[in-house]
Amino acid sequence: MSTTAVPEVAVTAVDEGFWTRARKTGAVLLGLGVLATVLFGALATDQQARFTLSETEGGAALEINGTVGAILFGIIAAAAGAALLAGVPKRWFTLVLGVGLVAFVLSFLCWQVSAAPEGRNFMPLVNVIRGTFILALPLIFGALAGVLCERSGVVNVAIEGQLLMGAFSGALFGSISGSVWVGLVAAAIGGAVISLLLAVFAIRYLVDQVVMGIVLNLLAVGVTGFLYERLMQTDATKYNSAPRFSNWEIPLLKDIPLLGPALFRGNIFLYVGLLLVLVIHIALFRTRWGLRTRSVGEHPTAADTLGVKVLRLRYRNVIMAGLVAGVGGASYTLALYSFTKNMIGGKGFIALAALIFGRWSPTGALLAALFFGFADQLATYLGAIGSSIPSQFLAMLPYLATILAVAGLVGRVRAPAADGKPYIKG
Amino acid sequence: MTNPDPVSGSPDKEPATEAQEARTEARANPPAPAGDTERAVPATATRQPPAAEPRPTLGRLFLDNLWAANTVTVTVLAVLLAMLVGAVLIIVSDPEVLATYGYITARPADAFNASWTVVSEAYANLFKGAIFDPDAVGFTAAMGPISETLTYTAPLVFTGLAVALAFRGGLFNIGAQGQATIGVILAAVAGFALPLPPGVHLLVALLAGALGGALWGFVPGILKARTGAHEVINTIMLNYVAVYFLSWIIVQSGVQNPNRSDAISKPVESSAQLPRLLGDNLRVHAGILVAVLATWFIAWLLNRSTLGFELRAVGENPDAARTAGISVTKTYVLVMVISGLLAGLGGSNMVLGSTANALTPLVIAQIGFDGILVALLGRVKPWGVLLAALLFGALQAGGNRMQSYSGISLELVTVLQALIVIFIAAPAMVKAIFQLRAARAARLQTSLAKGW
Repeated sequence: MSTTAVPEVAVTAVDEGFWTRARKTGAVLLGLGVLATVLFGALATDQQARFTLSETEGGAALEINGTVGAILFGIIAAAAGAALLAGVPKRWFTLVLGVGLVAFVLSFLCWQVSAAPEGRNFMPLVNVIRGTFILALPLIFGALAGVLCERSGVVNVAIEGQLLMGAFSGALFGSISGSVWVGLVAAAIGGAVISLLLAVFAIRYLVDQVVMGIVLNLLAVGVTGFLYERLMQTDATKYNSAPRFSNWEIPLLKDIPLLGPALFRGNIFLYVGLLLVLVIHIALFRTRWGLRTRSVGEHPTAADTLGVKVLRLRYRNVIMAGLVAGVGGASYTLALYSFTKNMIGGKGFIALAALIFGRWSPTGALLAALFFGFADQLATYLGAIGSSIPSQFLAMLPYLATILAVAGLVGRVRAPAADGKPYIKG
Repeated sequence: MTNPDPVSGSPDKEPATEAQEARTEARANPPAPAGDTERAVPATATRQPPAAEPRPTLGRLFLDNLWAANTVTVTVLAVLLAMLVGAVLIIVSDPEVLATYGYITARPADAFNASWTVVSEAYANLFKGAIFDPDAVGFTAAMGPISETLTYTAPLVFTGLAVALAFRGGLFNIGAQGQATIGVILAAVAGFALPLPPGVHLLVALLAGALGGALWGFVPGILKARTGAHEVINTIMLNYVAVYFLSWIIVQSGVQNPNRSDAISKPVESSAQLPRLLGDNLRVHAGILVAVLATWFIAWLLNRSTLGFELRAVGENPDAARTAGISVTKTYVLVMVISGLLAGLGGSNMVLGSTANALTPLVIAQIGFDGILVALLGRVKPWGVLLAALLFGALQAGGNRMQSYSGISLELVTVLQALIVIFIAAPAMVKAIFQLRAARAARLQTSLAKGW
């Protein structure tokens, strides 16, 4: 990705001759489609694969015969691949690719659901959608924190630490004060503290930002773990029993058949997260602040020449990123669980992956986070129906997808040009 | 390949502010003229009247050099600062001590005494657990702390070397954790699955571990070389892939211990275990000797071999290296393979040594991430890494005692380690806090910023 580091190899023959990237992708998708048709079709059983629209087995459902579904969707995926291989107009590329991938997943699901033991061969879509969003939530907050930082040219590998510190201080101060709102503010500040350290060391002391991020993650693990053992374990009722936000039902919207129960009966974090995606997207691409942020991330010298205060903007953005990530951390401790040691458990790094996979844009990050959340939820679901696919391999999916994305197999990703480079006013 | 921002584009160069600071400080207090060949201050040297000052005494020179911001001084001060912050953490997390601060205006002595007691006891135990316990009786008890320290040091040397070597080649290998994970899997499997005579078995198991690590290092290396994909991202991702692979393979039949229902593999046979150095009661094993050997080899490789020269050239400036006819892509792949190989050996140490003898999900603990800290603390030089690993091993060993004797959570060690490296990584800050003179500050820069 760093085109300055290896220019000779970064410019590979991807876009040359017959084998354009679209054609290569098409070939891969065609292969997947054929695989799905043959393999999933053969493995699927004759049972009905039910996708219920409720949380239980009963109620309205989409039904399809397992074998038929696996083969049908496999053929659709293969057809989409073939279309890409034959060459479709560029603006259709994303759509066709999307259809192909979704069809592949559906083919896979038809096989899995139909092969599940009797009584469990149904997939409650409400649960799946809700689970996807719940699991994606910390990723959304984390990736947004990454967007704020990296768009202004500071690499944020410390997302994990910011989430963890947010979760910890949310739990601690929420418990002490007994108020969710105090906890929420404390969580945001907790994330911002880690962020401030990152900003000071990266901007003022010119420490390598990736190094600093890694070290800050360890520091956050250490400090929260230490205080957890010293305070929370000794007196859990006083220090680790934060009140929780209850679910808020949004009138009218909650009655939408499938999406209502899944999305509009969630807690505050779900709404704030989705709102933040929208706000940051608009702010980044439609406001003066956004233009300045992007210009500082791409070419700080030019921005400085035009009178933008580069360092001040970077400080401000990095601290805002910490606030956002801190709230993301609180989405654990002020809504779902009480604090435990290292409870973020690598979500910060998946958020980083979502950021990269989403090409440093808020909406892209949202989609990537949802995809990763879906993979996570799918792993849980397949475990519950006793699938033959080991859940560990599904858990690897986000990471493998990111590697493929970064390697340019799914589409070239490019970081902001000045990302990670300290700016020294000349 | 236009470089719009020459200063920020070449991070290895001493930053401008640093240089200016050095100059202004040098002007403010003219340096001792003799003996200080390291410091080049041509601007002030001309203005200096010759032999105007009396020749400084040896002691004065020593003090001057000591207070100049050299590597050792900054490291020692960083450790002190870290322990200071650690002490604050110990105090604020102790409700009893904290209570005495409630009436500090009335009886300040109470608060200070209570704080001093809890902190000094904790750090005394840290020392006793790491180096020497004055109350120990007998050889085994006296050597116990050192043995523990060396046991924890050995794997850190390998992972530290792995990260340092990659750094020198211009790559940031965050994947030592994943490489060590794959290494430990292969080493353990070779250790319990192959029926081989002692000695040969150990060698094969070590080689298997190294091979696993090398394989896991090869992937980001070839991706970087072929597609330009950034190794930081790929190694982070591969860390997690390795972790999930480990948690999957442990519970497979043939690997899982048939007598257990939890996630643990069969134990490694004794023929594949590293021999213990000081009898069966002390845990120190031959891994530390292999680690010293590896350090020597990497030092030779970096400083004396053609490959090392090419590697450093690519690390300093890939464009210049390419112009000089060095294959950058080949070097990247080789660096990552050797780096992964070292990390794999570090992982093997965890299951072939005395730390554990079977795979568990957490078998390699944090050695990969700690390796990053060790490499930075060791200023990415092989012998420096060895010393840094020794310090970290000592902290780990002492931390165990601190936890069991003073009830101070082991996590404090993680905090100390991270803080030390933070202070090391920002020498400018340590310099500012202690008002150190600015000599040789350029050498202290750990900045290797290359961006994404």
